Amino acid sequence: MKLMFGRTISLQLRLFVAVVLSVMLIVGDRYTQGGTTVRTSLNTLVSPLLYLANLPYEVFSLGAKSLHTRDQLLTENEALKKKQLLQSEQLQQYQFLSKENQKLRALLGSSAKQSNRKIIAQVLSVHSNPYSHQVVINRGTIDGISEGQAVVDEMGVVGQLTKVGSTTSRVLLMTDTTHATPVRILRNDVRTVVEGIGKINSVKLSHVPHSLDVRIGDVLVTSGLGGTFPEGYPVAVVTEINRDEGRPFAQVYAEPIAQLDRIRLLVILWRNQQETISNE
Amino acid sequence: MNSRYFLLIAVSIFLALIMALMPLPFSFDPFRPDWVLLVLMYWALAVPHRLNIGTAWVVGLLIDLATGSPLGINSLTYSICIFVTVSNFQKIRNFSIWQQAILVGLFLTLYHLMQFWLNHFLMDVYFNPQYLWPVVTGMLSWPWIFLLLRKYRRHFRIR
Repeated sequence: MKLMFGRTISLQLRLFVAVVLSVMLIVGDRYTQGGTTVRTSLNTLVSPLLYLANLPYEVFSLGAKSLHTRDQLLTENEALKKKQLLQSEQLQQYQFLSKENQKLRALLGSSAKQSNRKIIAQVLSVHSNPYSHQVVINRGTIDGISEGQAVVDEMGVVGQLTKVGSTTSRVLLMTDTTHATPVRILRNDVRTVVEGIGKINSVKLSHVPHSLDVRIGDVLVTSGLGGTFPEGYPVAVVTEINRDEGRPFAQVYAEPIAQLDRIRLLVILWRNQQETISNE
Repeated sequence: MNSRYFLLIAVSIFLALIMALMPLPFSFDPFRPDWVLLVLMYWALAVPHRLNIGTAWVVGLLIDLATGSPLGINSLTYSICIFVTVSNFQKIRNFSIWQQAILVGLFLTLYHLMQFWLNHFLMDVYFNPQYLWPVVTGMLSWPWIFLLLRKYRRHFRIR
């Protein structure tokens, strides 16, 4: 064993090179735009690893599914049918209302709202960086998605896409400390911004003046400003207001409407654009 | 023969990667030991002429990509940890397993504090004592990893 002699490069030099390369990577990652070819291919590199790590979970849930009893399935089917009936009734109303809305908008001379393209994605359950809130989904550039698109679930806004690879990508949740969502209060249309504080069940309204008309129970919906999130998706419900006059701003906290710790199926939305009107 | 050793070591690191990414129940997740770093440390102690700072850097980059942390953070911290391990490998080898476990705990603490510091610098996260649970679990799992990998190494005669 030649452990002590004949070492070509000294350890210190190796460490120095590694540190320099890492610092270059960190700086490069921080100060360059996402969505480039290099990044996409790097993200694609680890996709098989993520699918493989998700495999045990899939196997278990498949096993659990096949162990459902007939009775359970029948009850579930019944409940789903009822839900579908109720929702299709609401849908009839919705179609009527949306027609009416378009007519009214035409009368007012304002631009008509278009429905935008969307795609359903599934969450891969793999471990992520404990310092940030994010989940991995099974869609990538192959499905035509790109960085910065909005992600919602059946309840409300979930977050937006980051680190897109060819078959997997990551969703930055709205509760992450680096995420902010432009919102307005549904009751009185006051605009504000909701930012994550690193807790899965709480977000904070930033820079709220003491005089702002906000109450506990107010629903916050996306305002459509900023261009990432389409207008009108529910975001959070105000849960705590602390109007301490000694502080420059009121402390307002809200709870996300989407249940971010148990998401499974997500919808990825495209931005409102002329060429992507094609629904379906 | 060199490629055979390389392949065998790579297989163990790959398995550790899968274990590091595998989903765990929500309540167990904060206690997950840093499997990859522990396996790298073992190889750095056992065969320091085969696995070194360069390997640690590449594996760290893979971890960064797979867990979605800012690129370069794990490369940096892994390289430093493996540097400390490799530069003292002859001393550490002579310790008993439990003494080694305590030392490994120290290295893991260094790793997690550097991780936290870099993430704090880049993303404004705040310290939560929960972040240090993997140090304890890592320390407790070191003897088992050590014995298992020693068996693996002796069986395949990796030198």
